[in-house]
Amino acid sequence: MTTTSKEVERVKQRGLSGQARLLGLVNRVRELGLLIVLLLIIVIVGIQAPRFLSINNFEQILLAVAILAIVAVGETLVVLARNVDLSVGSTVGFTAFVTAYFFKELPHASLLLGILLGCGLGLALGMINGLIVSFGRVPSIVATLGTLYAYRGLVFIFAANTTSQVNASDVPSDYLALATTQIFGIPALILIAAVVAIIVGYFLHTSQSGRQLYAVGSNPEAAKMIGIRADRLIFAAFSASGLLCGLAGVLWGARFATVDATNATGLELQVIAAVVVGGVNIFGGSGTILGAMLGAIVLGTLENALNILNISQFWLQAIYGAAIIGAVVLDAFITRWLQRAIRAGRKRT
Amino acid sequence: MKKLTSLLKTWEALLVVLLLVSILLGSLLSPYFLSGFNFYAITSNIMEIAIMALPMTLIIIAGEIDLSVASVLGLASVVLGFLWQRSNSMPLAIVVALLVGLVAGYFNGVLVTRLALPSLVITIGTLALFRGLAYVVLGDQAVSNFPTAFTNFGFSTIPGTELPWSGLIFAALAVIFAVVLHFSRLGRQLYAIGNNKEAARFAGINVARIKLALFILSGLLAALAGVIFTARFSSARPDNAVGFELEVVTVVLLGGVDIFGGRGSLPGVVLATFIVAILQNILGLKNISGDIQSLAIGLLLILSVLGPNLARRIQVVVARRHLAVGSSKQV
Amino acid sequence: MGGKEGKSVTQTAGPIVELVGISKHFGGVQALRDVDFQVFPGEVHALVGENGAGKSTLVKILAGIHRPDAGVVKFDGQVIELRSPTQAQALGIAVVQQEPMLFPDLDVAENVFMGRHPRDRFGRVDWKRMYREVDQLLASLDVSLDSHMPVQGLSVAEQQLVEIAKALSLQARVLVLDEPTAALSAHEVDELFAIVKQLRERGVAILFVSHRLEEIFSIGDRLTVLRDGAHIITAPVSEMSTEEIIRHMVGRELSNLFPKGEAEIGEVVLEVRHLTRPGVFSDVSFQLRRGEILGFAGLVGAGRTEVARVLFGIDRAESGEIWLKGRQVEIRSPQQAMEHGIAYVPEDRHQQGLVMNFSIAANVTLPILQKVSRLGLVDPRRERQLARAYSEQLRVRSTGVEQLVNALSGGNQQKVVLGKWLATEPSVLILDEPTRGIDVGAKSEVHRIISELAARGLAIILISSELPEVLAMADRVIVLHEGRVTGTFTRAEATQERVMFAATGQDE
Repeated sequence: MTTTSKEVERVKQRGLSGQARLLGLVNRVRELGLLIVLLLIIVIVGIQAPRFLSINNFEQILLAVAILAIVAVGETLVVLARNVDLSVGSTVGFTAFVTAYFFKELPHASLLLGILLGCGLGLALGMINGLIVSFGRVPSIVATLGTLYAYRGLVFIFAANTTSQVNASDVPSDYLALATTQIFGIPALILIAAVVAIIVGYFLHTSQSGRQLYAVGSNPEAAKMIGIRADRLIFAAFSASGLLCGLAGVLWGARFATVDATNATGLELQVIAAVVVGGVNIFGGSGTILGAMLGAIVLGTLENALNILNISQFWLQAIYGAAIIGAVVLDAFITRWLQRAIRAGRKRT
Repeated sequence: MKKLTSLLKTWEALLVVLLLVSILLGSLLSPYFLSGFNFYAITSNIMEIAIMALPMTLIIIAGEIDLSVASVLGLASVVLGFLWQRSNSMPLAIVVALLVGLVAGYFNGVLVTRLALPSLVITIGTLALFRGLAYVVLGDQAVSNFPTAFTNFGFSTIPGTELPWSGLIFAALAVIFAVVLHFSRLGRQLYAIGNNKEAARFAGINVARIKLALFILSGLLAALAGVIFTARFSSARPDNAVGFELEVVTVVLLGGVDIFGGRGSLPGVVLATFIVAILQNILGLKNISGDIQSLAIGLLLILSVLGPNLARRIQVVVARRHLAVGSSKQV
Repeated sequence: MGGKEGKSVTQTAGPIVELVGISKHFGGVQALRDVDFQVFPGEVHALVGENGAGKSTLVKILAGIHRPDAGVVKFDGQVIELRSPTQAQALGIAVVQQEPMLFPDLDVAENVFMGRHPRDRFGRVDWKRMYREVDQLLASLDVSLDSHMPVQGLSVAEQQLVEIAKALSLQARVLVLDEPTAALSAHEVDELFAIVKQLRERGVAILFVSHRLEEIFSIGDRLTVLRDGAHIITAPVSEMSTEEIIRHMVGRELSNLFPKGEAEIGEVVLEVRHLTRPGVFSDVSFQLRRGEILGFAGLVGAGRTEVARVLFGIDRAESGEIWLKGRQVEIRSPQQAMEHGIAYVPEDRHQQGLVMNFSIAANVTLPILQKVSRLGLVDPRRERQLARAYSEQLRVRSTGVEQLVNALSGGNQQKVVLGKWLATEPSVLILDEPTRGIDVGAKSEVHRIISELAARGLAIILISSELPEVLAMADRVIVLHEGRVTGTFTRAEATQERVMFAATGQDE
């Protein structure tokens, strides 16, 4: 029994479309809000220091956040499913060091092999997280806190047994070139980050599993009731996060040239800041890759702005913290205000 | 049920065994281990973490978490140094530093209780915010010309013993916290809140006020740890104790406190603290890089939750088999 | 009247779902007892019964959530074993629970299709098609919901509609609606019923669980009455009258309940004037005297618990006054309520009444820790003494006051909750469904205790959905229906029929 589109329209118009539009906008509001904040920063800082507005500067910003963005994509997957991955810094540091060392010892090895090694190591580390959380039923905050320590320890052990530091002069130039080449005038790093974001974002939007990931984060019980295998999805999310950390580590080694065992310490804070500011709900179920990317860009722009305005870099961490708190507080107020508006609207009808 | 409480008792017993094993290990691996000086080294190194672990235990049992403690420590340390430089009055500097901790804790508490925001995210934010403020106050400077009386307090021992003064402070605090948690009204209320927030509320317990007080306490004691840290190293720097919060949480979880709240004991946390301290010490004595300890701690943390989980799963399977064999009556 | 119109599919075809000899027990309570039951395609079958009659259990068995202890489930003539909700759904049994299980962050369309998104030829989720299909589905039901709308913002009524749309898209052949109208306004109920009628035309079998008789008359074809877990009668709705249905629902020996003892009724202790919480209850007024048991009767969702919550300080009323012992008071928190001498034994003893991992003693003393403490430290001996005193008085069966409450039976757990509140030495005791989910033996004990408490001078409000209990225990009965007081009866005036009439909103 089919209904014509005219009938559908007729029925729809009877609906309380006002509130529907209101709430439907919420999901877009976040990204819009971030764009507005970004524009505001650009305008305010641009007035003070015109060199902020150069293409070169924007490129610098994107370059600076590219690696962070890749990690943030993985973290988004994990957070969407109502978990958290605190071990990203250690994973990136580990894979960066191992990859750089690989290229140092085997300078004639194929570039691809080195990249695969780094990604593979990241994947393995992510899968360990996934196993501990999904099948060991260890809460992800505990599990990834533990692997944060354990993986960092492994890097130090590795460094102790091989070399304490890998320098730019130790590695083949085509590895370092990964970070500096440009394709069609755009730095490869930025392109890689963009491609990763687009692929994962597309996957989240168009695949069954991607949608089920949202379901698991939104209401784990309801998901179980309709037969969704939450533990498999969560395992996959952690594995993907690890893989992306691996990729980020490979690129880290190429970009920062001098790598030691302390690399990427504290990265998890920046990643979580980007994700939270980007509107991904820490309780799971809502948020987008685009949002996380915008969050990373906003924070990167802030950092760059501090630089340009000669404000002491020492404000940076404080600003990160304020951004996280601000984002969470703002989200809470918006939700509460919306709920009240809807209830009020209901009473009137 | 009963099995869980007895499991917990077994956890502390396990910790005692682990402690003894680690002491044994130490004495076997190094001739210096059992010396008085080493005892001093073990104790003094862990004091700040130990002190911060006390309120952290209460907070986690009540179902929250405070990841900003190390940043409060750093901020307090920096404020201490800053004020000492400007005012030349140690007492003033110390008091203000402690006040800073109080205010920081209050800030955390208000966001969590008044605005009902998740403590995990909020304290990750304040972790960055407070550490950032520390950098703003001192930049990349360090203050190190502290009065000898102060630094003496920091690293010297109680005359006639090998115990550092901070150890005495910790011991006193630990006793107070243990008494409060295990014997007082407040402690009972904390366990109730952590187990079933709603039932606690229905029983007339003011959950919000208690949680606010806990965060304030956490901030205050983190500031105290900052004072001690500064005295010990005779240096106030913004990057003091970076990363310590993770060690504090590790020590608390290793001590048998459930990350979801409602379960855990203070003696367990104290035991776990010393186990970790001894392990660190052993590695140091053997000149093993301080970061195999990272590996060990990470593994310990995971196993501390994984272990009981698996044990419980086995219990359930066994119990189910019992039920199937026995009567058809369900519990 | 829906029931009387000619139907397309009648009992000529076999039943789509059939339960034969189904029994199920939980702990000491027999929820279902050898029940036979059939639903046919294209009929609206109403399942009626009081609280605890077994309706929810039957629904959960159909949904694949519980497995019966005995008996056989047949679907379309075949014997099946329902092992999981997913399996039930795959067969075509869709259940809309009282609380919809949806994904709040996702939109209507995704909630309908989660796990079965329509896909294009590349295997990607076909959003356009999904929205279009859901829009068509909703339009065909004449429901004006936007498929793009996030479920979070929907009212309970609208969420139910989403669940029904989901059932339809699953090609459900059996749709079970569990107390669907409990939270709906009259208008929303009409909309729901229009949809139900449509579904009936399409040959879907609809099982409609409800308390509300006027609704059953409006839409039901046949009805089944359950009572105390047993099947009482199944008949076409057209052949039943309200009185008959009520008689089947409640008719039982009243002698197995403990007769109320005599208590001296004294001065007014609590007076409530025009208490109103918009959308929840309005203009509630009553008086409560020392030694009196005031019964609060009504159906689920009538607003009784909500009134209690306001009296206990958990929620706040928008207008109205509360007077205690002649003085007007503001009750802003449970602690304040306790200070005023009000105690509240909540409906849900697991979520609100007890800390399951605590011992009996720890639970009993939780609200009054200061009474068993000295200098802030809990005195274990005094605690044990106090707990033992109440435990003995209430005859709690346990291995001792140190036993954890999650090891106790439901009845004994309830006694612990009672003991806890008695320990606060209240003057007003509000009991919310105190005998829910406990077996007959424990029930009569609890009734005995309540009588004794009244005799000792406590003023008691007894909220209960079980008519016999209210009638046996209460000195006066107040009936609420959709937030309003629809009837006040003295003990002499109150009969089951009268109370039920008022509870279902009928006029006297």
